[in-house]
Amino acid sequence: MSIQVRNICKTFGNFVALDDVSLDFPTGELVALLGPSGCGKTTLLRVIAGLEQADAGQVLLDGADASRTHVRERQVGFVFQHYALFRHMNVFDNVAFGMRMKPRDQRPSEKAIRAKVEELLALVQLEWLADRFPSQLSGGQRQRIALARALAVEPRVLLLDEPFGALDAKVRKELRRWLRKLHDELHITSIFVTHDQEEALEVADRVVLMDRGHVEQIGTPEEVYRQPATPFVYGFLGSVNFFHGRVDGGNLRVGEDVLPHSPQDFDTGSEVIAFARPHELDLVPDAHADTGVAARITRILAFGVTVRVELDGLNGATGQHFEVELTQQRVTELALAEGQTVRLLPSRLKVFQRNDAIGASA
Amino acid sequence: MSASRTFRVLPGFHLTLGCTLAYLSLIVLLPLAAVFLKSASLSAAEFWNVISAPRVVATYRLSFGVSLAAATINAVFGLMLAWSLVRYSFPGKRFIDALIDLPFALPTAVAGIALTALYAKNGWIGQYLDPLGIQVAFKPLGVLVALVFIGLPFVVRTVQPILEDLDTELEEAAASLGAQRWQIFRHVILPVLLPALLTGFALAFARAVGEYGSVIFIAGNIPMVSEITPLMIITKLEQYDYAGATAIAVVMLVLSFLLLLLINGLQAWTAKRTGRDR
Repeated sequence: MSIQVRNICKTFGNFVALDDVSLDFPTGELVALLGPSGCGKTTLLRVIAGLEQADAGQVLLDGADASRTHVRERQVGFVFQHYALFRHMNVFDNVAFGMRMKPRDQRPSEKAIRAKVEELLALVQLEWLADRFPSQLSGGQRQRIALARALAVEPRVLLLDEPFGALDAKVRKELRRWLRKLHDELHITSIFVTHDQEEALEVADRVVLMDRGHVEQIGTPEEVYRQPATPFVYGFLGSVNFFHGRVDGGNLRVGEDVLPHSPQDFDTGSEVIAFARPHELDLVPDAHADTGVAARITRILAFGVTVRVELDGLNGATGQHFEVELTQQRVTELALAEGQTVRLLPSRLKVFQRNDAIGASA
Repeated sequence: MSASRTFRVLPGFHLTLGCTLAYLSLIVLLPLAAVFLKSASLSAAEFWNVISAPRVVATYRLSFGVSLAAATINAVFGLMLAWSLVRYSFPGKRFIDALIDLPFALPTAVAGIALTALYAKNGWIGQYLDPLGIQVAFKPLGVLVALVFIGLPFVVRTVQPILEDLDTELEEAAASLGAQRWQIFRHVILPVLLPALLTGFALAFARAVGEYGSVIFIAGNIPMVSEITPLMIITKLEQYDYAGATAIAVVMLVLSFLLLLLINGLQAWTAKRTGRDR
C-alpha cells in the first residue's frame, strides 16, 4: 500500500517539528527517514501512524485521506524504539494481543490465533521463546517479538521508530541485515526512522534525509551518497572535510592557499564551501608547493586497511581539523611523520554556495 | 557454611538484621505477646463465652464487613483520583494533591465530629437524605462513610507512582494493534496496576479495621446495630474487664492477620502472574 503525506505541518509550542513536508512512499518499498535528532523524523512517522495529529496537511493511505482516522483504524504496524512489549504477558500473548482485541465477530478462533502466532514466531526465528516474559529476553529478541506482534494484525504498512536504537552495535548490525531479508520476503510498505546513516544506506531502498523539519533530499542510498544535493546531506552522510574559500577563475582560494579546481557554476569572487571525503584527499609532503592547503599532521592511525591521518589546518584553514585516508603503500611512499607540515590536495571537490552551507559546518 | 558466604558491596547485613529484629520485637511483637498472655488468664470456656457473645459477634460482622466495603470503595475511587492526578493537568491540581493527604493528618475525632455534623438528621447533608429515608449517622452506613474518609489516601498514594511510571508507549502500542479504550485499560493498564492497587486496598482495610476515633461519633454505638469491635474492647476496659478486652483483641488480631495474609498472597500471585518478579 502506498503512503503519501501532503503539506504536513506540526509545531510543539515554539518548536517547529515539521514544516510543510510532502512525501510519497511507493508500495512495497523500505524507506529510511534519516536525520539528526530533533529533525522531525519521528514526528513524521507518528503523524503517519496517527499517534500524533498534524496541525495542517493530509496523510493519504492508499490514496484515501486518513488524516482524521484513529490509529486503531489505520491498520499500521508500529514498532517502538524501546519495544513497548506488555511485560505482564508472555511472548505468545504479546503476539496474540492484536488478534484477541478484535471485535468478537472478526476475531479468529483460539486455534487460528495459535497457528498465526506460531507462524510469526517462526518468521522471527524465536519459536522457542513463546512462554517467556519480555523481561527474560535480550534487547534484540524483544525487538523481534515487537515486530512479530505488529505483523500479527496484518498491517497495511509497517512503521519502525529507531527500531535498533537501543541495541548494541553487534546486534544492531545483525538485526538490520535480518530486517532487510524479512522485507524482501514480505514486501510490505515500510518506513523506518534512524539517525544512523550507515543503517539507512545499508537497509533502505530509498532514503529521505531530513533536517530541522524539512526534507533535504530523497533518493536511493547510492544517489544520496554520490550526489548529495545540499551541504547538510554531504556532511551528514559520512566523514567530511570542508574548505571555506572564494572562487578565483579556475582556482579556489582558501586564505593564502590555492586549490586547483574550476567550479563552473560559480562566478569569480563568490564565497563557497568545498567538501571532500577523507579518501578524496591526498597529501603533498612539500610544504612550499604552489597548490594545496597547508596543514600539520597531528596523528597517524595505521591500524586499519587504510591509514587515517589527522591534521590541523594552517594559514587559511587555522583551527580546522582534517581527516585523510591513504593506503599503507602511499604512506610509506610519502614517509609521513607526526608533526610534519604538508599540503592537502583534493582529487574531487563538491562545491556549494557559502550562505546555505551553515548546516554542514556545525 | 562460610565458604558459601556471598560477597556484599554494602557491609552490615548482620547489624541491620539484628537491629530490625530487636526493633520489631520491642515495638510490635512484645505488646502483641502481652495481649495474648493477658487473655490467657481466662479459661478456655470463659474465653469462648466472651468472644462468642452475640453482641460481640455483631461487632465483628460490622467491623470487618464495613472495612472491606470501605476499602473496596476506596480502591475504585482512589484509582480514579490517582488517574486524574497523574494523567491530566488542571488548575488547582497541586492543591487537590495535597488535599488527599488530609485524612492522614486530621485528628480522627475531628473527622468524626465533622462527619456527624454533616450527616445527622439536622445536618447539612443529613437533612436532605432523611426525607428520602436514608439515615447515615448512627447507622452502619455512617460507619462506612467514616471508614471511606480515613482510608482514602492509601490507594491513591500507592497507585500514583506506578501510574506515573507507566509508559504511554504501551497504550499507543495497544491502540495501534486495534485495541479499544476499555480493552487497553482492562488488558494493558489494570494488570500493571493490580499489585499496587491490592497493596493500597490492604492498607486501607487494615486502617479501617483499627479505626476508632472517627467512627464512634458517627456510629452512635447502638448495640447489635452500629457498634464496632474496638469500641467493644474499650467498653470492656471501662468495666475493668481487662481479660475480656484482650480476648476480643486476640480475635481481632488473628482475623486481621489472616485477612492481610490472604491479601498479600493474592498480591504475590498477581505479581507473579504479571511477570513482576522475573
